[in-house]
Amino acid sequence: MKYKSILDSIGHTPLIEVPSLSPVEDVRLWVKLEGQNPTGSLKDRIALALIEDGEASGALTKDKVILEPTSGNTGIALAMVASTRGYRFTAVMPDNASSERIRLLEAYGAEIVFSEGAKGTNGSVARALEMARDDRYYMPFQYGNQANVQAHYRGTGQEILDDLPEIKAFVAGLGTGGTLTGVGRRLKEHDPSIKIVAAEPELGELVYGLRSLDEGYTPPIFDPDILDGKIKVRARESIVWTRALLQKEGIFAGISAGAVIWVAQRVAERLSSDGGGDIVCLLPDGGWKYLSTEAWTQDIDTAESQVEEVLWW
Amino acid sequence: MAVEVRIPTVFRKLTSGESRAAVQPGTIGDLISQLDARYPGFQSQVLAEGGSLHRFVNVYLNDEDVRYLDGLETRAGEGDTVSLLPSVAGGA
Repeated sequence: MKYKSILDSIGHTPLIEVPSLSPVEDVRLWVKLEGQNPTGSLKDRIALALIEDGEASGALTKDKVILEPTSGNTGIALAMVASTRGYRFTAVMPDNASSERIRLLEAYGAEIVFSEGAKGTNGSVARALEMARDDRYYMPFQYGNQANVQAHYRGTGQEILDDLPEIKAFVAGLGTGGTLTGVGRRLKEHDPSIKIVAAEPELGELVYGLRSLDEGYTPPIFDPDILDGKIKVRARESIVWTRALLQKEGIFAGISAGAVIWVAQRVAERLSSDGGGDIVCLLPDGGWKYLSTEAWTQDIDTAESQVEEVLWW
Repeated sequence: MAVEVRIPTVFRKLTSGESRAAVQPGTIGDLISQLDARYPGFQSQVLAEGGSLHRFVNVYLNDEDVRYLDGLETRAGEGDTVSLLPSVAGGA
C-alpha cells in the first residue's frame, strides 16, 4: 500500500478470525486490530477527525495550543497529528499512566500536565476543563465532540460492514463511548437486530472511593440507548484473556482487549442459543505500551496487582 | 443463602462503614428498600426523584448492568452478588 502521508494510512485495520477463542461451534469470533494504526491505537482515527473538525469550524488556528485530557492513547495520537500539522499539544494525564505512554508522548513532542492518579480519568477531565478557560488553548474534548462519534460511524463501523455484512454482535470497551455510539449507530442502521455490547473496567476501590456522586461522569457523546448490554470486567480476567490472545492466536494486544474478549465469551453463548453467527471484537491497541506491567510474564496474582497500579483502560 | 450487596465507599457513611450487606432475594428495587429499612436514607441516595436509578449510580447483577436487564425489576436470587458503583469516565 502506498500513501501520501502517515495520516492517510489511518484506519482500514485488519479483521482477523480467532477460532480458538470461540466457546461454541456455531459462533465465529473476529478481532479488529486497531493497534495497526500509525501510533498503535484506534485513537488515530479520532485525533485526525477532531483536529480536522477544529480547523473546519475555524476554532483551531496555528497560534493555539491543543489541549486534551487523556489516559494515553488519545494523547499520543493527537501529539502525532498535531506535530504533522504544525500545532503544539499539551496532554492532561493521570500520573499513574504506564511509563511507555509518558515516554511516547514525550517522543512525539507533547507537553504533559499530570493530574492526580487516584482520581483516574475524571481527574484529568476536570483539570483540562479548568485549564481550557485560558483562550491560548483549543480543547477538542473527545468526551463531548461529535467528531469522535463520526470517525467511528464513517470509518470503523463502515469498515466492519464492508468486511462482514452478516455480523450479529459487536463488542468494544467503554471509554468516551465514541466507538460504541458511532459503530453501534452504523451497524444498527444496517440491521437493527445487531447486538451492541460494552465491556467496562472494574477499577480499583481507590478510584471509586475518592469521589462523591456529584462528581460522577457520563461522557456527553455516549448514547446509552445504543447498547444492548454492559458487562464489567476485572483486571484479572482482562489479563487472562489478553494472554490467551497472544498464546493461542499470536495477537499481541493491550490489556483492555482481554476484557473485550471475555465479554465476547458471554455474548457468544447467548448468540449460540439464538442461532449462532459472527461477533466482532474491537481491540483498541497493541500490547507494547503495557510491557512494563509484566502482564504477560508474571504469575497471575503478581500481574494483577501490577496492572491495577497503572491505568490499564 | 442470601443476596450479597457490595456497597461502594461513597455510601458507606450510611452503612457505618460496612462494605457488604446480606439481604433477601428479590428485585433490585426490593433490595434497595431492604437496605433503606436497615440504613435510613439509603434509598434517597441511590434513586433519583421519581424513583429511577440515580444517573451516576450503576447497579450490577453479578457483573451485568441492570439498566440493560430489567432495571429495578431485575431479580436477584440466592447466591447472586449485586454491586453498586459510581459511574466514572473511561480511559481514552
